[in-house]
Parts: sequence; C-alpha cells; structure tokens
Amino acid sequence: MYPPAIIAEAALNGLLQGAVYALVALGLTLIYGVLHIINFAHGVLLTAAMFAVWAAQTWLGLDPYVSILIVAPLFFGIGYALQRFVIGPASHGDDGNILLVTLGLAIALENGLLALFRSDTRTLAGEAGFAVVPVGPFLLSQPKLVGFVVTLLVAALLWLLLDRTDTGRAIRAVAKEKLGASLVGIDVQHTYAVTFGLGCACLGIAAALLLPSFYVNPRVGNAFVLVAFTIVVLGGMGSIPGALIGGLVIGVVEALCGLYLGDSLGQLGIFLIFILVLLIRPTGLFGAKA
Amino acid sequence: MTTKDWPTLLIVVAIALVPLATSANTVLNFLVFTLIIALAAQGWNILGGYGGQFSFGHAAFFGTGAYVTAILQVRLGVNGWAGFALGIAAGALIGAIIGYLSFRSGLRGSYFALVTLAFAEVLRVVANAAPVTGGAAGLLVRLEPGAANFQFENRAVFVWIALALVAGVLVLTRRMEQSRFGAQLVAVRENEEAARALGVDALATKLKAITLSAAVTAAAGALYVQYFLYVDAGLAFGTWISVEALLAAMAGGKGTVLGPLVGALTLHSLGEVTKAFAGRVPGIDLVIFGLVLVAVVAFAPDGLMGLARRLRGRMRRKAVASEAAA
Amino acid sequence: MSTMLAVEGVTRRFGGLVAVSEASFTVETGSITGLIGPNGAGKTTLFSMISGFQAPSAGRILFRGEDVTGVEAHRLALQGIARTFQIVQPFAGLSVVENIAVGAHLRHAGRAEALAKARAVAHAVGLAHTLDAPAASLTVAGRKRLELARALATEPALLLLDEVLAGLNPSEIRDIVPVLQNIRAGGVTILMIEHVMQAVMSLCEVVHVLASGRIIAGGPPAEVCQDPRVIEAYLGSRAPRAAAVPEGAVP
Repeated sequence: MYPPAIIAEAALNGLLQGAVYALVALGLTLIYGVLHIINFAHGVLLTAAMFAVWAAQTWLGLDPYVSILIVAPLFFGIGYALQRFVIGPASHGDDGNILLVTLGLAIALENGLLALFRSDTRTLAGEAGFAVVPVGPFLLSQPKLVGFVVTLLVAALLWLLLDRTDTGRAIRAVAKEKLGASLVGIDVQHTYAVTFGLGCACLGIAAALLLPSFYVNPRVGNAFVLVAFTIVVLGGMGSIPGALIGGLVIGVVEALCGLYLGDSLGQLGIFLIFILVLLIRPTGLFGAKA
Repeated sequence: MTTKDWPTLLIVVAIALVPLATSANTVLNFLVFTLIIALAAQGWNILGGYGGQFSFGHAAFFGTGAYVTAILQVRLGVNGWAGFALGIAAGALIGAIIGYLSFRSGLRGSYFALVTLAFAEVLRVVANAAPVTGGAAGLLVRLEPGAANFQFENRAVFVWIALALVAGVLVLTRRMEQSRFGAQLVAVRENEEAARALGVDALATKLKAITLSAAVTAAAGALYVQYFLYVDAGLAFGTWISVEALLAAMAGGKGTVLGPLVGALTLHSLGEVTKAFAGRVPGIDLVIFGLVLVAVVAFAPDGLMGLARRLRGRMRRKAVASEAAA
Repeated sequence: MSTMLAVEGVTRRFGGLVAVSEASFTVETGSITGLIGPNGAGKTTLFSMISGFQAPSAGRILFRGEDVTGVEAHRLALQGIARTFQIVQPFAGLSVVENIAVGAHLRHAGRAEALAKARAVAHAVGLAHTLDAPAASLTVAGRKRLELARALATEPALLLLDEVLAGLNPSEIRDIVPVLQNIRAGGVTILMIEHVMQAVMSLCEVVHVLASGRIIAGGPPAEVCQDPRVIEAYLGSRAPRAAAVPEGAVP
C-alpha cells in the first residue's frame, strides 16, 4: 500500500498526462464525428509528428514548444492531403473500406518511419523533461503541466472555431447532414479534408507537448492508438467534451495502474476498460447512438 | 471436384514439387513461412471474407495456438502432436469466447475490429509479463528431431505438412461454400436483418464462423512454434500477424477459396523482391504491404481472384462476340 | 375457419412515444388480410413485432393458438411466419437463385435440395428466366418478386408482406396480383400492409385500419372504406363526414 500523498501525486500527474491524451483523442473524435471513420492511422501520425518535433530540435535547433508553429500547420496540410487525395478516393465511400485504407496507411507510414529513422529510441536533448514544479505539497512534472494548460487552450480554440466561424459551421453541418450541407453549397470533400487536417494538427501540437517527457521510436504510436481509442470510446465517439473528460479519466487510471501493477501491466487497465466499454456501452458516456 | 477446382489442384501440386526440385534452405524456409501465413489468412478469410466481420486482432488466435503448444511441451513435456491438437482446441475456445462477448453485444464493423485489436493486445501484454509464458524472454522448445515429436531435420517435411494443412483448409472452405452454413454465413454478411427474417440464427452463425476461423489460425500459430521452436509475446500476439493474415486474404481475394494462399504467395514474393532491391533497409517490405492494401481497396477490392474472374469474363465475352461475328 | 394469428392488446412504446396502442385483431387461416392506414400509423412497427424483430411493450401475439410474444425472428421463421421488407434488401453479392436458396435452406439442409426448391419457387413467382442473374441487376418489380420468393422458400404458414406493391406501375401490379392469389391458393395465409387501394379491394377479404397506433376499424374492404372514422384518419377532420371513397381510388 502506498501513502495517500504518493497516490495523490501519481493521480495528479496522471491527470495532467491525461490532458495530452485528450488532445490526441480530440483529433480522433473530431474525425469520427464528422467523417464517421475510425482513423487507424492516428497513432502512426502522432509518431510522425513526434519525429517531426524531434527533427525540429535536432536539425533546426528549435525548442519543442516553438516548433508547434511549424509542426501543427505542417500536419494540418498532411492530414488535408491524405483525406482529400488518398482516403476519400480510395474508399469509394464504403465504411469497411475506409477501415482498411487507414490501416494500410498506418502500416506503410509506420514502416516508412522505421526505414527512415531505424528503430532506435530517441529523446529530446536537454533537461526540460525532468523539470518539476512544486504545487502545494506536490511535485508536478513541468512538461505535463504545460501540456495540460496548452490542451485546455487548444480545446477552447477548437470550440471557438466550431461555434463561431463559417468553417466551423460548415463542419458541423456536414457532420449532421451531409446531403443537406452539399445542397446549400458546402463543399463536402473540402470540409472532410479540413476536418481531417484539424485532427492531425491536434496531433502535431500533442506531439510537441508529449516529447519532452517521453521518447520516440517508430512503434511508439501503437501504444497511443489504443489509449486514444479507449478515450474516444469512453467519452463517446464524436463528443469533444467526452474526449476531454475521457482523457483525464484515462490519464488517472493509467497512472494508478502503473503505480500498483508496474509498468508492464500498466496499460492493461486501459485495454480492459476499452473492452468493457465496447461491450457494455459502445456509445460511451456522451456519445450519440452509433 | 469441378473445372473450378483445377487451378487449386495445380497450385498445390506445384508447391509440393518444389522441395523435390531444390533443397536450398532459403527457398524451403520461404515456403514454410509463407504457407504458415497462408494458413493464418485462411482462418481470417472464414470470418472476414465469408462472414464479413473484419477482425484486426487475429493474432489472439495465432498466439493462443502458439503458446498453448509451447507451454504444454516446455512445461509439461506433452508430445508435440498432442500439443498441436490442443493448441488448435484452445484457439477455437478463445475464438468462441471473444465471439460470444463481441457478437452478443451487437458489435459490428469498426467497433468489432477495434475490440478484436484490444483483445489481442491484452493477451500480448499478459504474455509479456506472465511467468508461465516465459515473460519477455519467451519460450524455447527443446530441439529433438523426430517424427514422434513433430520435429523434422529435413525442412521439406515441414513444407509438406504445412501444405497438407493449407490444402485441408482449402477443401474445408470449398465444402463450406457449398453448405447450408456457408449460404447462411454469406447471407448474414450481406444483410443480417433479411437473413434473420429467413430463419437464420445470426448470432449462432457468426459464433460458428469465428470459432472455425480461430481454430484454423491457431493451427498456423502452433505450426509456427514447431518450425521455429521459439515464441515470445511479440511474435505470438503482435499486430504483425494480424496484419499479415488480413492482408494476404484481402490481396488474394476475400471470400474465395484460393484467395488467402494466392495472396500470401504474391505478397511474400513481392516482399522478397523488394528486400533484394532495397537492401538492408528495415521495414521497407512492410511499407509496400501497406501501400498494397490501400491499392487493393482502391482498385481491386476483390483481390487477385477478383481480377482473374473479371479477366475470364472479359475473355469469354470476346470469344462469344467473335463467334457471333464469324 | 380457424385463426392463424391473433394480436391481443399489443402496445409498443419508445420512451415517451407510443407507436402502437392496444392493437387487437385476428387473421383467419387461408385469408388475404389487409392492414391499411395513413403513413406513420405504426403498421411496420406492428409487423416487426409480429415477425419477432421487436418485442411488444404490452399485449400478446398468438400464432396458431400458441403464444409467440417476444420470440425471436429466426425462431418464428422456423415456426412458419415469414416477412418481406418495405425497402427491399436482396443479398447483393449473390445471384437470384442463391438468394432464394437462403430461404430454402431453412427446411432443406442439402445444397442441391435447397437450390431445387429455390428454382421451383422462382418459377412460381415468375423469376425463372433470371435465375443466375446477380440480384443487384433486377428491376424494382423483379426485386419485389425476389423478396416474395425468398420468404416463400421458407415454406411459411403466414406471410407478412410490407408494401410489396410500392414502387410498381399499374401493369406491374396487375401482373403480381395473380401471383399473390396463387400463393394463397397454395395454402399460405397472407397479411399485407398496403397503400395501393385497388389491390387491397381486389385481394383482401378483410381489412384492418391502423391510425396513430390504434386499430380504428376492421371488416370487408368496401365497408371499411366508407367508414367515416377511416376517412377522417386519412383526410383529416375537415373532410366531409358523408364522403365515401370511390372504389379503386387511392385515398
């Protein structure tokens, strides 16, 4: 048994970590909510973004938080192009096909990264990853704290975008009623691509937030895929508040599981939650009927 | 046997003759490995191709077959053949459990794919940590060549055993196509509601399919262990085998008898060619696999067998047209 | 004449919405009975309860005297209730005869027997010339006959037809009516949801009217169509009380 202070600290750090998970899940749930596709390439795209952030520091000397300014738009573009020119056309609109296309992309991308970067694990240079911030009696990880704050900011920005801008309105229209939206002149393919791009941009930001306290190798995305899916399924597919709350919950669960079960079994708790949610309430806490 | 079955027979015979023509280890190794993949893909094909339920976690069954036979032989000294049979039985049981939990909850499509992925990952994490499976170090089956132990010094024998299993499942699949179960399975795939209205018990049908599917893929896993004499969590339950099984069936032609075998042979030949050209770059063959999957879905959703069928149809129409013109 | 189907006080609620309320009626063996009513009256919901796709929130359904309330669809098919769907759902990847064979397999385990039965049924509904064509290539009229054939192949005692005539032009309707009459002549009882009044008049001995989830009338079609409550249900309360629906017209 651990003293309550340790548990609380683990839980708090887990909460902060969960925020970044939530950011990853946000992209996934946005893509699902609008395009109704489960993006199996999400984890690999996160890995790619993390490599991009690492490369920005290693080759361009950029601080990871600064590199957000490059990586986020870059990944918006990549996401836009992927949806517009690959996923959309290849799947002919069939759900089963979309599944397979994103899986194929995931395989190709992951191994492409493997070919490019080999399987060595890389971390960011510098000590920033270990910095701690004392908050009351607890020592919180600085990168995780930054991640928490930035995630909330991004979520707020995203909400503003969806609620106040024309693009956001178009996205919401297409999510609700594709045919009607196209009839009033909204370019559905463009909107789909924009949404996918936004989801990937979220990954770009999440990568910059994650890398300081983490490492990157071509396989790292896999771990995040299931965590992200668990969050999305728990919070409800297509629900942004669901992704946020789900992320926080999962962050805490992971931290506590890691504390009690050790690192190797830590992820087990997450997978089991995932399976249970799928079996019992696949629409999640906040989701609409599947 | 009809004229439809000649290509199948030809391919099987051709493969059977290869070990008589060469004893090069690389070739025989390639064949055994590819046939194991083909067997795993045949399993996937029953649930995914005929049943229409795309599993992204067939590693769960492959790994079960592999670990059960490994554990029985290493920890309990059970005979290799008995271990093989029990590995298949265990795989079938896991399939039935996962199937019951998933289908009873009404999971389909993407949700079903996700849950199978999760089940496989759970098994991988557990196998990587549990002492009985040897944890992260895995299990080494003792080298004891002898027919009684299901180990053979001559790789050719393994080729023929793998081929026999694949051929057996080819026959099984063909029989299934012509049976009531096969018709009902396809009906559930095409339209579950309409099938139910015609008296098909959709849940029971899907359960039978996943159990059969799991048993076949478990056989592939058990065979893998007999040949390589080593297993660990990543090899047994890793996403690599889930992907290989799915991809071979898709590329070759899901829902056909020959598809998985043709797909496995084609993909792995392609992989070897890629590796030869691209040298020692790791993962380059899998990049090709990923792109092939996208290309198959985009341009040839019925795989190579579908392309062959379309070509035959076009040639037949040309023959009829030229006859009419003459 | 015995009662094939007895629906007693069947109600179906979806949360706060009551789709069907205390519906009661019977279908006599060997009859062609109609179930009519304005759109949204709850007819298809009633069908889905009778055929086992949904369980009623209250009430009983008796089939050949036995209580089958809540029994699942595939078990009911085995017991002898078959249904077609309003929106036709052929098995797209299969040929016409393979489609019908799925139904035939309910009573015939062997592939050869099932296919033989399928061919026979295809003959009976007039699809004999398109046996090996892909089901997806059929016209609307062809698909309706396919729906019919598939259900018939299960050798039902009671056949539920959900708007089998919808989408057919007058000559197609004229061609399919005798098919339905032959089915009845072969010993199958038919309960049909229909909007095409001319067919209802010529086919059905008895008609029950469902409006806003309630059965409001029942009896011979000519009588029912003159019933002021029925006219009001279709045309609204502003319709003249004495107006009669002329024979052959669609209300």
